[in-house]
Amino acid sequence: MTHPRDWIEVRKEGVWCKPGDFYIDPMQPVHAAVVTHGHADHARAGHDHVFATPETLAIMRSRYGEAHFTEAEHPMPYGQALEINGVRVSLHPAGHILGSAQARLEYEGSSIVFSGDYKRRADPTCVPFEPVPCDVFVTEATFALPVFRHPPLEAEIARLLTSLTQFPDRCHLVGAYALGKCQSIICALRAAGYQETIYLHGAMVRLCELYQTLGIDLGPVAVVTPDNAKTLAGTIVLCPPSALKDRWSRRLPEVLTVAASGWMRIRARAKQKGVELPLVISDHADWDELLQTLTDVGAPEIWVTHGRDDALVYQATQMGFTAQALHLLGYEDDSE
Amino acid sequence: MKAFSRLLERLYYEHSTLGKTRLLLDYLRTTPDPDRGYAVAIIADNLSLPNFKRGMVLELIRSRVDPQLLSLSHDYVGELSETVAHLWPGKTEGDLPALHEVVEALRHTPKAQLPDYVAGLLDRMTSPERWALLKIGTGSLRIGVSARQLKQVLAQYGDQPVERIETIWHGVDPPYEDLFAWLEGRAEAPAVHEKLTFTPVMLAHPLEAKDYGLIVPETYAAEWKYDGIRVQVVHSSVGRALFTRTGDDISGSFPDVLEHLNFHAVLDGELLVQRGEEMGSFNDLQQRLGRKSPSAKHMADYPAAIMAYDVLMLEGEDVRPQPYTARRALLQAALDNYQPGGIRLSPDLPYADFAQLETLRGSVDNASVIEGLMLKRRDSAYVAGRPTGPWYKWKINPKLVDAVLMYAQRGSGKRSSFYSDFTFGLWSGNQLLPIGKAYFGFTDAELKELDKWVRHNTLNTFGPVREVKKELVFEVAFDAVQRSTRHKSGYALRFPRISRIRWDKPAPEADHLPVLEALLATGEGK
Repeated sequence: MTHPRDWIEVRKEGVWCKPGDFYIDPMQPVHAAVVTHGHADHARAGHDHVFATPETLAIMRSRYGEAHFTEAEHPMPYGQALEINGVRVSLHPAGHILGSAQARLEYEGSSIVFSGDYKRRADPTCVPFEPVPCDVFVTEATFALPVFRHPPLEAEIARLLTSLTQFPDRCHLVGAYALGKCQSIICALRAAGYQETIYLHGAMVRLCELYQTLGIDLGPVAVVTPDNAKTLAGTIVLCPPSALKDRWSRRLPEVLTVAASGWMRIRARAKQKGVELPLVISDHADWDELLQTLTDVGAPEIWVTHGRDDALVYQATQMGFTAQALHLLGYEDDSE
Repeated sequence: MKAFSRLLERLYYEHSTLGKTRLLLDYLRTTPDPDRGYAVAIIADNLSLPNFKRGMVLELIRSRVDPQLLSLSHDYVGELSETVAHLWPGKTEGDLPALHEVVEALRHTPKAQLPDYVAGLLDRMTSPERWALLKIGTGSLRIGVSARQLKQVLAQYGDQPVERIETIWHGVDPPYEDLFAWLEGRAEAPAVHEKLTFTPVMLAHPLEAKDYGLIVPETYAAEWKYDGIRVQVVHSSVGRALFTRTGDDISGSFPDVLEHLNFHAVLDGELLVQRGEEMGSFNDLQQRLGRKSPSAKHMADYPAAIMAYDVLMLEGEDVRPQPYTARRALLQAALDNYQPGGIRLSPDLPYADFAQLETLRGSVDNASVIEGLMLKRRDSAYVAGRPTGPWYKWKINPKLVDAVLMYAQRGSGKRSSFYSDFTFGLWSGNQLLPIGKAYFGFTDAELKELDKWVRHNTLNTFGPVREVKKELVFEVAFDAVQRSTRHKSGYALRFPRISRIRWDKPAPEADHLPVLEALLATGEGK
């Protein structure tokens, strides 16, 4: 039996599985890539072979075009294992966004799980996280400080709806990631009984259509156009975070700036961005979920990737795990 | 308590004054007494909770959270109340007592039991509620609502002029049930004559060219216009107080000034730093502002004094209906009689005709504390507000320099998608050194043009700030220039604003730093 540290390496392209000769979420085009989910800092175009869930592949096609790979796509439904050069690879739900997966690698009797990005709370747009037994568990640490405790999604959505009744003449412009966050907010609004048309920035339309095709019902949505923009007082408009302060937003009437992100927990951070209604809505695990996950997975050894790894390594060690930081450059610290 | 926490949360993030007003009005309408009164007191920083200390909060969190994680968290968040609000363990959220119950308990719980009471509340709260509680306890809300704005909201709530609220404000106490009863038309205005109160002040209009003909020595008296802080000093049988022109009580910052007034009166005047005969600069005065309890040494270094120009009450009598000349005579006689140290009468400036006034105004050499002339109708009564006619202010012409735009930053609120805050500089050799920042002085149409120019001429982006090509010249107007160690150029401008955009002027022809030296205020510092 060989320990994963002997067959996993961090290279400049990303995390590399030596015997399998493939990368996990590589940042540059490579021969073979296992892609955990469709966010741009994990899924890049131009690999020869791409191994991912059918949903993630659909997202990549939608973002990068049908020819995002040079040789072949290898759809891997959750739970179905595949051998790549003698390494047994399987994907398991991560609960992060539609199609997001953890990658389990098994080689010569030892196993490692790359969780990618994940969360533990319910989300109608994706399959919930599944703890997968393994020898080494690789966890993200985006919100790995005990100050990060995400409130229930319903409570944050209720705050948005309250504001809409309090300021019915203002256009509520919500900055949210176009992939995943946008659709889970729409679903949560529907679950809270909001039936009105929800308006979208042009950059979000294609992904919303894709979600609808994949069976996620978003209710009535429409794109913001130069013609209808002036009439959107009192409505909810979703746009990518970068468009909140863009010239694009000027055409909207009496904008009330809303942002949906785990970072909105930190007041100064929200205020600095000029956000008037910060919603703490995240598709990453908060501190409690991270710790719960270490316990649920039960792997004796923990590797910590992007984020606040110092606090999580410290806490995991206190909890009796062997823990170390794995400094992965290139993953965006602000990836939501 | 829950409603108050929601209010604070919204106020904190709302940046428009109008929006804040709406949130406050909503809260006042929907919240019963005495909760809303305590809320007003907390926002106005009028509630003292001497036993609630930052140290107590630290003790509480240290006994609950691993020190390593506490320190990593505090480093990341940067502020103690928020760190504790987020870190506090436990998730059992529950009902909370009403705001007034919390405030009363924080006031009356013995010091030894206070930590347990606070911990018990924190256990049942959400993070924003914890933040609210800790902010109530430790003061300094920093939610961007001034005492002045709060009074305007109360005025709007009760459909009363804000001057009436200012008059009453210092005569009422939290939770202000009598004030609300009056605002809602359920009772008479609270009686405040027994207390120390603020009397709304009289304000002036700027003198425009069309008014020049009115100014003749028989009708208008002239005085200097001082560049200090407009204040009202009150001394009655109840005690003494010092108010700003908006009715904020600043007695605590200027105990030396309160000492000066040795007779019962309400005086209107300018607060200045004064060393013997020499008047200090605005810079000197700034050393005194913002210090809540100045040390004896600080007061000796920057002695505060009053340049009195009017009297509203004298020995119990309301003299406001009397004409200006009569009030000045009364004031002069009182000062002669009681000889208060540190209070002087603003001198009358005799003139024969308007031309002489213009000469007087022209003679002001950008001096430290004189910023122009005041012209007051000799027969005018003292009236609250800004009536047209009795008082004019005639400021000296602003100084002008041609400076080069260096950096632009996005504004806030309605301007948040526009680059509207501009940093500009003057040449020093062949490099530019920033001398100031301005965000007004241009029209909306010009702002659009400027925004476009910034976007097309960006060299670098640093977060919200863009560095632009050094090609656009602004004619910058300002009231005075002072030396500054905080600015790399060594100068700081007072009230800089963009007076013209010089699209036509090539940047190399903009002004050089030494022009500021020539405009430097006299009577600088010590």
